Amino acid sequence: MPATFTRHQVEIEKRDTGYGGKPPVDRRPTGGGGGDDNWDSHSSRHGGPRELLIRYRLAVLSGLAGDFVFFAVLVSAFFVRPTAGHIDAGANFVSDWHPIAIPPILWINTAILLLSSLTIEVARRQLFHEIDVMEEWLGLGRPAVRRAAPWLAATILLGGLFLTGQWIAWQQLAAQGLFFATNPNSHFFYLVTGAHAFHLFLGLFALLFALVAIFRLKKVEMRQIALDCTAWFWHAMTLFWIFLFVLLVCYQ
Amino acid sequence: MNARMAGQASAPPALPPRGFLRRRIFTSDHRALAVLYLLLGLAAVTIGTLLSLVIRVHRVWPAVAFPFYGMLRPEDYLAVVTMHGTLMVFFVLTVVPQSAFPNLVLPAQIGADRMAFPRLNAAAFWLTLASLFVLLAAFFVPRGAPISGWTSYPPFSAIPATGPGQGAGMDCWLAAIGLFCIAAVASSANFLATILARRGQGMTFGRLPLTVWSWLASSALTVIAFSTLFAAALMLFADRHFGTSFFIPAGEVISGIPRAGGGGSPMLWLHLFWFFGHPEVYISILPGMGLASALLANFTRRPVPAYRFMVAATLLIGFLGLGVWGHHLFVSGMNPYAGTAFGLTTIAIAVPSSAEVLTWLAMLFRGRMQLTTPMLFTLGFISFFIAGGLTGPILAQPALDAYLHNTFFVVAHFHLVMAMAGVFSVFAGIYYWYPLLTERLMNQTLGKAHFWISLIAAYGTFFPMHFAGLAGEPRHYAQLAGPIESFPSLIPVERGITFAALTLATAQLIFFFNVIYSARHGVRAGGNPWRATTHEWCPDAHPITRGEPYAYGPESGPEKDFLPQWESATPAPSQFGAREYPSGLKPE
Amino acid sequence: MNWLPPNGALHGTGFDQLLRWNLDTMFWLFVAAQVLIVLAMLLAVLRRGSAQATGPAQPRSFRFFLFTELLPLLAITALYIAMVVTSHHLWAARREQANARNAVRVEVTGVQFAWYFRYPGDDGIYGRLVPDLVNAPAGNPLGLDPNDPHSRDDIVSPVLVLPAGQPVDLRLRSLDVIHGFFIPGMRLKQDAIPGMIGHLQFTPEVPGVYPVLCTQVCGLGHARMQTRLRVVTETEFRRWLDARERIALATPIPDIPASSPAVARP
Repeated sequence: MPATFTRHQVEIEKRDTGYGGKPPVDRRPTGGGGGDDNWDSHSSRHGGPRELLIRYRLAVLSGLAGDFVFFAVLVSAFFVRPTAGHIDAGANFVSDWHPIAIPPILWINTAILLLSSLTIEVARRQLFHEIDVMEEWLGLGRPAVRRAAPWLAATILLGGLFLTGQWIAWQQLAAQGLFFATNPNSHFFYLVTGAHAFHLFLGLFALLFALVAIFRLKKVEMRQIALDCTAWFWHAMTLFWIFLFVLLVCYQ
Repeated sequence: MNARMAGQASAPPALPPRGFLRRRIFTSDHRALAVLYLLLGLAAVTIGTLLSLVIRVHRVWPAVAFPFYGMLRPEDYLAVVTMHGTLMVFFVLTVVPQSAFPNLVLPAQIGADRMAFPRLNAAAFWLTLASLFVLLAAFFVPRGAPISGWTSYPPFSAIPATGPGQGAGMDCWLAAIGLFCIAAVASSANFLATILARRGQGMTFGRLPLTVWSWLASSALTVIAFSTLFAAALMLFADRHFGTSFFIPAGEVISGIPRAGGGGSPMLWLHLFWFFGHPEVYISILPGMGLASALLANFTRRPVPAYRFMVAATLLIGFLGLGVWGHHLFVSGMNPYAGTAFGLTTIAIAVPSSAEVLTWLAMLFRGRMQLTTPMLFTLGFISFFIAGGLTGPILAQPALDAYLHNTFFVVAHFHLVMAMAGVFSVFAGIYYWYPLLTERLMNQTLGKAHFWISLIAAYGTFFPMHFAGLAGEPRHYAQLAGPIESFPSLIPVERGITFAALTLATAQLIFFFNVIYSARHGVRAGGNPWRATTHEWCPDAHPITRGEPYAYGPESGPEKDFLPQWESATPAPSQFGAREYPSGLKPE
Repeated sequence: MNWLPPNGALHGTGFDQLLRWNLDTMFWLFVAAQVLIVLAMLLAVLRRGSAQATGPAQPRSFRFFLFTELLPLLAITALYIAMVVTSHHLWAARREQANARNAVRVEVTGVQFAWYFRYPGDDGIYGRLVPDLVNAPAGNPLGLDPNDPHSRDDIVSPVLVLPAGQPVDLRLRSLDVIHGFFIPGMRLKQDAIPGMIGHLQFTPEVPGVYPVLCTQVCGLGHARMQTRLRVVTETEFRRWLDARERIALATPIPDIPASSPAVARP
């Protein structure tokens, strides 16, 4: 085709997203930081740091919405499957759904995960602390990053502990002779805990990435985004876990 | 304040990358991706159409030998039907309106210069392409493509022994669907973030074009629906390979061989699949509905009446679309009260749909209609949407569906309301936006010939299917002549359908020729050939939105009958004054 | 409408009337809408010569909105509601009622690619079925258990025979995949889903032969999965049943598992 693709130049280079723009900070009492989002007057042409952060959050939240549906569907199997017994030859209703005794270590794991959610929230808030952020923005050192890093490292540690705990739980079940294909409830148990563990495994990588990113990234707002999005993902996983755990414990 | 001033200091744009590959193929530029998506859709629709011709010819002349293949066995026929459905639903009716068109114009229409996440967007395209290849690979694996239809009901789809193609072919199908789900969710997350957080200056929600509202609704639906399908596909995959039994009941006897294990419920798949499947219908038709409103306004030179009403109808259709899946299960033996409830929700969704149709019909009689090619295809879209839509309330009644379910009546219904309406709105979009890609208009004479032949042939193909359905002819029949019932009265009808389908497919050659011919020889389009108001026609890449979309009509000014969104109604002073023109950002 | 096969069921008359009313209404709405579209196009062609757009647009006129949008929408909504209400009567009569006590009971089993019909026999109780004993070549397509006394008198037939004028209760099941049990002449359809028992009640009225089809794609023989429903008079039905009963009692139920090597599969 002879024609130009576009009549006007579409910039495909990485745009400078906030040069000169103040990074968003946590300003009480609005929590999210200020309330001067006026769509009529703001310019997303050179989307400021706040718009960038909102954009990333939106994408992460849309993805998590899909993820939530994914888990909800798996859980629907949990509710449908026990009722899907059959009438056996003797006209008795037979259900092959056998409750699983939850390995007690899951309680510890739950506590660890809750704790990790707490630590990452502390880390996240450090990066939005106004005075520190301003200091970083002006290039006077990296107090926010230095404060956040230990909390982030703690989260990684706790996340690793949780995954190890899950592994131990699977080992314990396997020792009882309950494997993936043993009975419908064990399919379900392994499937949901496995899917959740896979998410957390990805989450660990995201945390590691965030830990490196907050030291390596040049722009304050990109550091904030790296940690913020990871934190929201991690919180969502904690939430999903509580949801799954309550199901596993209470609705066998 | 700082954010607003930020633009002033930004570095000058770097030169675009050179080389064909880097500009057009391995790029994150949304317009290049739109072209790639269109090409992908074109490939899929070509294969899908050829498969549909195989279906049509085989139904009428079962003994005919196809070139390079020979005679079709029943399992080949079912494989062709399955692949036709999967290709058309996923790779044509979802990819083109929900991926290609937003990439083409969505950022421009909201006054943004690019997507929120260009690289995520590009990754979604490559995943879609991989998914297409994996799906097509099903033709070449041992025992061929799956034969269980695009709905893949278990245990048929869960146990390889139930038929040829249910082994490796079914695995290909599941893998392709899994990849497609990830791609669809990724691209929709990008669209949602783009629409919500990347709108240009002055682009308030009240000023969003209706196409953008449609994409907002359909993207939200995509995230929900395709996540559901992904989870269901994962469970089906586990049933096939890891010994689980989510969908396989106990006591199965396959071809006389008892199968150990089981204890699940196929009903779970039916519910999950249609919880995906019905929103999917709206994902593929909502963008067409938005486009129809926009083009009707443009080519009647009158605004969309009741803009908010249309937005509300669009969002309502999207929302209600999540609650109607049960009408696909009326005959599955589910609770009769559930049947009544799903019948009610389905009728409820017909109300906002009817509202949109009534608005379009009202729009036809105002102003002066310009019968350009895009307008003709929009009229075709409305015609098919009505023709297929009106059988919707019939099928929504469980008492009537108990006869019509899975007959050709349903085939006629969804081919008219989803396939033909969808494809005609895609054609309208391509004829309309073609100048954005080539700076030329498509040839109008060829376009009109394409339209009229397609319209008549499409009605000739799908309208008589209602009669076949009333006669009780079931879907997925490899041949009309069965051992007991061979539907003798339908043979002339079927023959007519096949001739119409062949004509319909042939007419698309005009379109292909037109696309290629007009790229070089079309009339020069100029900046805004349709005298449209939305931002994709704005000469400035970073327009400031100053008004509502679809400001057409005499009120727009003495000279011209439209007011683009990037132009101000009253030159100066603006009614928003300083608020709208902060110092330094006043446009030239 | 004349495309429908002749109706033979009690509820079919009401069904046909309902369907006709629906199709007629929708057909005329379809015609009206298409006429409007063509009319608008003709107007556009005729007005092509005129200089300026016609009349003021009145884009925000409430009256315009009322007459083109709200009132027609209300009318259409009323029509939809009428449709739901009328069809609900039929649905409720068909599905939301208890089984008739004196119903003729038949069990329908779908299997790739045949329908089997089992009558409970004189004792009125369906015998026990064992999946392991399913062996169609040996003459036990459903896996009747020879050790169950109720199985002895069960009649398994490849053709559905029913008496005219008596309510029938069909018990739907499937051995392998989902099949769609469809008798166009009886305006009857329900899926036979493995692992589930479905029930379907109706009353055949007109004696005759009606095709039985499968409407849910079930495999390569889907189009061949057909059989007959023979609706006969009450006396003829009794005679047929007695004859089959005698044969059933005279023949022992084979209990050869299909997987056993002793049985040579044809």
